[in-house]
Amino acid sequence: MIRFKVNGTEKTYDGDPDMPLLWYLRDVAGFTGTKFGCGMALCGACTVHQNGEAVRSCSVAMKDVNATLITTIEGVSAAGMHPVQKAWMEIKVPQCGYCQTGQIMQAIAFLKQTPHPTDSQIDEAMAGNICRCGTYQRIRAAIHKAAKEMA
Amino acid sequence: MNSIQNVSRRGFLQGAFAAGTFVLGMSVVPKQLWAGLSEEAATVFHPDMFLSIASDGTVTIIASRSEMGCGSRTALPLVLADELDADWSKVKIEQALGDEKYGDQDTDGSHSVRSFFEPMRIVGSTGRAMLITAASQKWSLAEKDCSTEPGFVVHKPSGRKLSYGELAPAAAKLPVPKKEDVKLKSRAEWRYIGKDNALFDLPDIVTGKAGFGMDAAMPGMVYASIEHPPVLGQKIKSYDDKAALKVRGVQRTLTIDTFKPPHHFQPLGGVAVIADNTWAAFQGRKALKIDWETSPHAVYNSDQFRKTLESTSRQPGKVVRNVGDVDAAFAKGGKIIAAEYYTPHLAHASMEPPVAVAEYHDGKVVAWAPTQNPQGVQETIASVLGIKKEDVTCHVTLLGGGFGRKSKPDQVAEAAVLSKQLGKPVKVVWKREDDIQFDFFHSTAAMYMKAAVGADGNPTAWLQRTVYPPIASTFDVNAKYALSEMSLGWNNLPFDIPNHRAENGPADAHVRIGWLRSVANVYHSFAIHSFADELANAAHRDSAEYLLSLIGPARIVPLEARPDRSDEQALYPLDTARLRRVVEIAAEQSSWAKRRSGKGHGFGIAAHRSFLTYVATVVEVEVDGDGRVKIPNVWTAVDAGTVVAPDNVRNQFEGAANFGASLALMSEITVSNGVVNQSNFNDYPLVRMDSGPKHTGVYIVESDAPPAGVGEPGVPPFAPAFYNAIHAATGKRIREMPLSNTKLV
Repeated sequence: MIRFKVNGTEKTYDGDPDMPLLWYLRDVAGFTGTKFGCGMALCGACTVHQNGEAVRSCSVAMKDVNATLITTIEGVSAAGMHPVQKAWMEIKVPQCGYCQTGQIMQAIAFLKQTPHPTDSQIDEAMAGNICRCGTYQRIRAAIHKAAKEMA
Repeated sequence: MNSIQNVSRRGFLQGAFAAGTFVLGMSVVPKQLWAGLSEEAATVFHPDMFLSIASDGTVTIIASRSEMGCGSRTALPLVLADELDADWSKVKIEQALGDEKYGDQDTDGSHSVRSFFEPMRIVGSTGRAMLITAASQKWSLAEKDCSTEPGFVVHKPSGRKLSYGELAPAAAKLPVPKKEDVKLKSRAEWRYIGKDNALFDLPDIVTGKAGFGMDAAMPGMVYASIEHPPVLGQKIKSYDDKAALKVRGVQRTLTIDTFKPPHHFQPLGGVAVIADNTWAAFQGRKALKIDWETSPHAVYNSDQFRKTLESTSRQPGKVVRNVGDVDAAFAKGGKIIAAEYYTPHLAHASMEPPVAVAEYHDGKVVAWAPTQNPQGVQETIASVLGIKKEDVTCHVTLLGGGFGRKSKPDQVAEAAVLSKQLGKPVKVVWKREDDIQFDFFHSTAAMYMKAAVGADGNPTAWLQRTVYPPIASTFDVNAKYALSEMSLGWNNLPFDIPNHRAENGPADAHVRIGWLRSVANVYHSFAIHSFADELANAAHRDSAEYLLSLIGPARIVPLEARPDRSDEQALYPLDTARLRRVVEIAAEQSSWAKRRSGKGHGFGIAAHRSFLTYVATVVEVEVDGDGRVKIPNVWTAVDAGTVVAPDNVRNQFEGAANFGASLALMSEITVSNGVVNQSNFNDYPLVRMDSGPKHTGVYIVESDAPPAGVGEPGVPPFAPAFYNAIHAATGKRIREMPLSNTKLV
C-alpha cells in the first residue's frame, strides 16, 4: 500500500505501482487541473510539486510517491489568490490555458528557490514547459511581477 | 435574416435559458455568407437563444464559437454585453451545442469576430431598446429621457433607476422593435469594445478549474487508446491481444474499421484497448501484436516526393491570376532572377492531444469534445454510425489549442464507434505520439519564383508557381490542385508589377492533409517575401524601401479572379495604403533606418495580408560563431480593422511570433515508406522560452474599418522576415524550412 498526501489530504493507493502520478491524479483522484501533454517529461504540462519541488507527474511512478507530499494546482489556491496566480491574471498570460497550470506550478517552485530571478534564470527554469500558443514573454513578465509581490 | 424574436414565454427553453425571464432569440445566419447551408437553415426562423436576462439580473449570453485560445468566447459576448449595456460582472457565458441553427460554428479562418460582430451588436442593442421601453412604460415617462448604465435603465431628469433584472418580466412581454428602430451605440459610447478586458475563463484557467476536453467525463465511462494503422489506409490483417489483456486494468480490445476513401474526418481504423484508466489503455497497446495489410500510400517518401514537387514547380501550371504578359516581358531579356523554395509537412501539436468522450445509446450519441467544429462532429458521427445528424448531441469543451487540427473530429467518431460496441460511455485519449503521427498535416510545398528586373532593380515581370498536395484531397481522392488555398496569399499578390502570373501545379496526397494556423499563407508568404528580399539584395537596395516600392502607390488592388466571398470583397478591399502603413510602422518601431546588419547581427522584414488583416513584421537575429541563432526582438504592426479586445490581439500576435519561430527554426515532419518519422517533442521540437523570440512588440493600427482576423495573420510574415534577417546577418540565403536543415557555420 502506497501512502502519501495530496494537497494536505492523506491518500492510499494499491493499484499498478508503475502507473505515473499524472494518471493517478487525473483518472483516479479527479485532480484534472494537472494536464497530460507528452508522457515523456518533455513539455511540463503535468508539473506538480513533490515535497515542494517541481516534478513532471507523467514520469513519476506511484511507487515513488510513497511517503511524499504532493501539491497540485488545486492545492495552491482555489480562489486564485497565490501571488503567481494573481500575476498570471494581471498580465493576462493565458490563451488556450491548457499548459498554464503546469507553468504556474513550475514558476511557484522556481520562485521559492530563486526569489529575485533574472530573465535568463527564468528562461532556463521555464524552458521545460512548452506553450504552443506562445505566451512566453507574458509568463516571464508574470514571474517578475510575482517575484516583486512576494519580496 | 438577422430576425430577432422574443421567445421568453416559449416552452422549449432549456438549460440556463429556462431560468431566463427575458430571452431574445435570433436567426443570425446571413444566407449569402454560408452557401454550404441548406436553404431551410438559412431562411427559417430558429430560436437561437443568444441572450437571456433573469429576474436576479444575471445576463446569459451564448458563445456559439469554440474557444481554443483566440478569445472569441469572450470577445463576442463582450460585444453583445456592450450594446446591451450589461454589467459584465453579471454576465454568464453558455457554450452552445453543435447546431446548424447557429450558422457556421467551425471556428477557423480567423472569422469569429469578423462574421458575428454585427449580429451580436444587433441582439444587444435590441435588448437594450426593449428594456428602455419596459422602464418608460413602468414609469409612464418618455423613452427619450431614459438611458442606460451597466445593468440599469435610468431616467436622468427624475433620477429613477430600475435594474435589468427588475425590468426583465416586462420586457419579456414586449414586441421586438424593427431593426431600423434600434440604434447601435456610437463608437464613443462603447464601454467594453476596444478596452483591455480579460478572458472570461481566466480565473478558471489559473486555478485548474477550466474544463478542457481532456477533463470531460461521463458516469460509468471506460478509457480507450487506439493503435492506428501506421500507413494511411492500412487494414488489420490479424492481431493478437493475449498479452494486452494480461495488462493490469485492461478490460478488452475492440477494432475500428479502416475508412473507405476519401478519408474525410472518418476514423483511421485500428485496434482499441479498453481499460479502467488511461495509463492501462496505453500499456495495453504496447503489448498488442498487429499485422497490417499493405496500403498504396506505403510508397510515400517525403524526401523523394520533394523532388517531384520541385520538378512540377518548374513546369507551367494552372493559371490562377494573370496580369499583363509575363512571357513577353521575359522574352525581352534583361536581368532574370529565379529561386526555388521548399517547406515540409508540419503537425499542429496543440498542447492538448485529441481526446473525446461519447456515449451511444438507443440510436443516439452524446459527445463531449474539444472541437473547433461541433457540427462536423454531428455529421461525422452520423455518417459513420448511419444515424441522423440531429441524433448526435455535441457539447463543446474548452480546447487546449486547436490550430486547425480540432476542426477534424475523427477522434470523437472513434469514441462513438467504440461506445456503440461496448454499450457504455468511452473516453478516447490520443497519446502525443498519436497526435504527431496521425495528424491532418500541413502540406509540404515547393515554390518556383522568377522575375525580370529593370535597371532600377524593380521587377517588370513576376512569375510564381506553387505546388503541394491540396486540402481537397481529404475530401476527394482525385484532387490534385489547390482550391481555397489560392486566396491564401497566392492569387492576390499586392505588388505593383505590370506583368504578373500566379500558377498552381498538381500533386498527389499520401498522408491526410489539413489546415494549420494560417494554412497556405505560410509557404506562400515565405516564397514571396524571401524572393522580394532577394530582388532587393540583387538591386543593392534597402529591403524595407524595396518592399514599399513593390507594394507601390496607395490603391485598391483589382482582383477579378479572386474567389473570396463577394460581400467580403466589398467590405474588405485589398487596400495597399493599409499595407504600406503597417510596413512603415514596423520599420519605425524597429528603428529600421538606423539599423546596420552584418557580422552575425541582422534585421529582416516582410508584410503579408491574410484573413483580411494587414501585418508587417521585422525580426532581429543574432547568430553566434557556432551558428546558434537568437531572436532578441520582433516588431509586428497590425491593421485588423476594428479591434474588440486589444490586449488579447497583442497576445495573439506575440504567440504567432512563437508559432512562426517554431516552424522557421525547427519543426518538420518527414515520412518514410508511408510512416511518419517523428513522434513527440524530442523529434518534433517547438520553441521554448529560451529559444523563441525574447520580446515581441505588437503595434495595433487604430481603425474604424470592419473587424478582420487576428488568430492567424501574425504567422505568415514571421518566417520570411526571420530568414531575411538571417541573410542580413550572415549572407546565407535560406530557401527551405526549417532552419535546422541548414548549417550556418
